[in-house]
Amino acid sequence: MAVGKEIRTKIGSIKNTQKITRAMEMVAASKMRKTKEKMLATRPYSKKIGKIIKHLAHANPEYKHPFLVKRDVKRIGIIVVSSDRGLCGGLNSNLFRKTLGQLMKWDQAGIEVDVCTVGTKAYSFFAGLSKTTVIGHTAKLGDTPHLNDIIGIIKVMLDAYHAGQIDELHVVSNEFVNTMTQRPTVEQLLPIVPSELDEQLSSRHWDYIYEPDAKEVLDYLLTRYIESIVYQGLVENNACEQAARMVAMKSASDNAGNLIKELQLIYNKARQAAITQEISEIVAGAAAV
Amino acid sequence: MTMTVHVDIVSAEKEIFSGLAEMIFAPAELGELGITPRHAPLITKLNPGEVRVKVSSTESYPFFISGGLLEIQPHVVTILADTAIRAKDIDEAAAVQAKACAEEILANKTSRVDYASAEKQLFQAIMQLRTLDRFRKRGG
Repeated sequence: MAVGKEIRTKIGSIKNTQKITRAMEMVAASKMRKTKEKMLATRPYSKKIGKIIKHLAHANPEYKHPFLVKRDVKRIGIIVVSSDRGLCGGLNSNLFRKTLGQLMKWDQAGIEVDVCTVGTKAYSFFAGLSKTTVIGHTAKLGDTPHLNDIIGIIKVMLDAYHAGQIDELHVVSNEFVNTMTQRPTVEQLLPIVPSELDEQLSSRHWDYIYEPDAKEVLDYLLTRYIESIVYQGLVENNACEQAARMVAMKSASDNAGNLIKELQLIYNKARQAAITQEISEIVAGAAAV
Repeated sequence: MTMTVHVDIVSAEKEIFSGLAEMIFAPAELGELGITPRHAPLITKLNPGEVRVKVSSTESYPFFISGGLLEIQPHVVTILADTAIRAKDIDEAAAVQAKACAEEILANKTSRVDYASAEKQLFQAIMQLRTLDRFRKRGG
């Protein structure tokens, strides 16, 4: 029967799409579990190093590190952490929109912006913008990125900061709130802003003993601190990507299901109408005889 | 009761140890440090080597670290390790192999491989093996 041939092909193709999206959903779910574990595992380090930095801000080192000194802002560096692949809902576009908002503000203040990108999506987005210059890029880090992978771009930014080419450094990435929610955040890395005062520590004058000397230790510590924040952002963004992909693929599978149902209904109606017409033709033919 | 100090050992990728200890031994850059409770505040860089956490007079845990940072507050000691692995977990075969590999590169200086980084690798491998040896003698 020739009825509804197109509809049947359409249903078939949607079913195939649904199979793909469902498979992607399941892959993303299992990857999300892994990346989330990784994210939680890196938290103690960044927490601890943050604490040390806080202590340090209250100590009174004889050596003022450039990372702790505020300067007039003429040029800003940002590190944008995005995913390598798409099909993860509005994850990247939300992040870029947030970044653009910031860029506009800085643009109005007459501040220029240098960008380092992590992930293919960020690169293709920021390379196309006329206002910003991309000065560093890394991508294809996989699901379990290592600290070594991002040292390069951080070094680019820190060197620029030391040379006075940029006066502030920010990192833009997605924060993992829960599986359904990911929040794009812009965080200032440099100069380091001391957080709220700790009464116990700030009440008296004290300082660390530095071995071998303050400059070397602080250089090392602050560089590690920046690295750990960017690394934390990276693993968090990974978990976000998988979560967002899982949710996006789930809703795609659900939509495909609805579409199939509707098409099935149309197909059945058409088939029934064709049968009714055939019967009435036969009956009419018999009556004529 | 003996005095104790809280110790946290963390690496960038996970938490290694957290708990109370009577004494901690760490390979600081200017020499081995022994830290008892109520030590003065101190920050120092660590060399690759063995960190030993003495939990009680009979029990102590060794950890291998390949460099890092040590912070001392009177009641909290924090070790930020670049890579910290439980001494038991060190893959001895891999360490031996890395050592052999690094030595080969050292012997063959004409190759384009960075001489300094090879020496560092060799040093790390030797330290790992030493930690393991000591660990074994103690019957861990």
